[in-house]
Amino acid sequence: MSKRVICKEDVCIGCHLCEINCITAHSSYPHDIWKAFKLQKERPIARVLVEEKGETSFALSCRQCREPECVKSCLTGALRIDPVSGVVVLAQERCIGCWTCIVSCPYGAIRPSGGKRMVAAKCDLCQGIREVPACVAGCPNDALELADGREE
Amino acid sequence: MINHLIIGNSAAAIGGVEGIRRSDRENPITLIAEEPYPCYSRPLISYYLEGKVAENEMGYRGADFYAANRVEARLGVRAQRIDPDRQEVILETGEVLPYDRLLIATGSRPVTPPIKGIEKKGVFFFNKLDYARALRQYVSPGSRCAVIGGGLTGLKAAEALVHLGARVLVTDISSCLLSSILDPAGAEIVKRHLAGSGIGFQLGVPVVELAGDSRVEGLIFADGGSKAVDAVIVATGVRPNLEVVSDTGVDVGQGIIVDNQLQTNLPGIFAAGDVSEGWDIVLQQRRVIANLPNAYRQGETAGRNMAGEKVVYPGGVALNSVSFFGLAIATAGISNSEDAGVEAVRYLKEAEKIYRRLNFREGRLVGYICIGEISRVGILTALIKSRTPLADKRQGLLKGDFGLVDLPEEVRLSWRWERGELTWRF
Repeated sequence: MSKRVICKEDVCIGCHLCEINCITAHSSYPHDIWKAFKLQKERPIARVLVEEKGETSFALSCRQCREPECVKSCLTGALRIDPVSGVVVLAQERCIGCWTCIVSCPYGAIRPSGGKRMVAAKCDLCQGIREVPACVAGCPNDALELADGREE
Repeated sequence: MINHLIIGNSAAAIGGVEGIRRSDRENPITLIAEEPYPCYSRPLISYYLEGKVAENEMGYRGADFYAANRVEARLGVRAQRIDPDRQEVILETGEVLPYDRLLIATGSRPVTPPIKGIEKKGVFFFNKLDYARALRQYVSPGSRCAVIGGGLTGLKAAEALVHLGARVLVTDISSCLLSSILDPAGAEIVKRHLAGSGIGFQLGVPVVELAGDSRVEGLIFADGGSKAVDAVIVATGVRPNLEVVSDTGVDVGQGIIVDNQLQTNLPGIFAAGDVSEGWDIVLQQRRVIANLPNAYRQGETAGRNMAGEKVVYPGGVALNSVSFFGLAIATAGISNSEDAGVEAVRYLKEAEKIYRRLNFREGRLVGYICIGEISRVGILTALIKSRTPLADKRQGLLKGDFGLVDLPEEVRLSWRWERGELTWRF
């Protein structure tokens, strides 16, 4: 069963560092914020999004749903559940940017990638990039945690 | 032993296989398909036509799909008819296949409009790979191509043909493009965008005849006008492939009538996808919902029930997402209705090609059109599907950067879709 990043809303202060760390982790310089923002030509989009209104703020990323609307709706088969990790993974090279996943995700957690070849982008739990997702590792307030997907 | 038999090889059929295999790893599955290809993504044919995607990149599932799911795939053979009494499917070759559970996922095919000369050489439909292949042979840079039908299929074909260097004219009986999903304001934006990308239009006048000897050479319109062309693509809608159930006792309306477990009136026979007439959550009635997400979900539900689970599909909604030359268009549910009782809230930035229209009925969101800005619209789709009461929150949802934080607090805090929508309902 997949893990997922969850946000403790009462602790999140809306600092947006999770977005910064996500962008960095998915850049060509995953361990260097300065290089990621200053040297990279096409800056990746943050796959985590901070929502704010008044005192309410929370970071939202893919819920790694057990019954993922995006996977079931994907026109090309680019989205699937990884049978080993349970993570909802996107094969970007197979994505055509039709946005059916964006129209289907009840959380609004999939976004266009930006850049020359616009495809979908979503949280991959930093698989293959780092052990603990960058957003979780860098949250100054411990508002984000990597939780067991069984928890609802 | 239970014999699972599936007729079809597209989204609904693949959903059926994956649905069966969720709980049944043992019993054999046989799949029969008319086309000789392993399952491919039909929406990719326009990308194939324009050369963006190669034929070997079109797989809807990986090359090992049939083996991994222990499916015996009989590709390139047509299922002729069903004999429900003997629980058999008879193939065109005369071969007879027995079944215990049958899934009919035969899909739909293009409507042939009443146009004289439509059988001429150089006239193509655009719903499967073979047509895209043939078009690629037939059309070359500078070819004059006419697309009859300004719906999603026709416009995707038109876009691909422009990329191939063809000169493209789109015609439609309606004066609106995408008239089944857009309103005039939305259609105008799309038309302006497509015209700016090099597509010509002749709208509101039907084509009555295709001129030429054996090969198409021109369009003749109802008002007497004409236009010289080298090729014609016909995309005037689809209808279900129902031949396989004729004279079988399977109940048919517009499509094969199914209950909320995707079962037909005959025990052991299921139907899913474009061929079926299932429940529409928004309209609260049965109808054919021809879109891929619905086809997959119906197929998966049918498969699970074939394997002995008892799973209910709450129903589908009209749902479309498409981009033309970079302009994103998303619609869902009741998108363009001017009916009394549907209250529309709109946001239009014409110069930027941004349009958002939300339709409410009895305090619930029942549909939308989003053009240009489609970020996070899945939240709107979920509001429609869950029939969430929303009386006071309309303006917040109209913003381009709306989010979960704009939902009523009690809705936001109970927003749980991880296990599928059945566990979550207002």
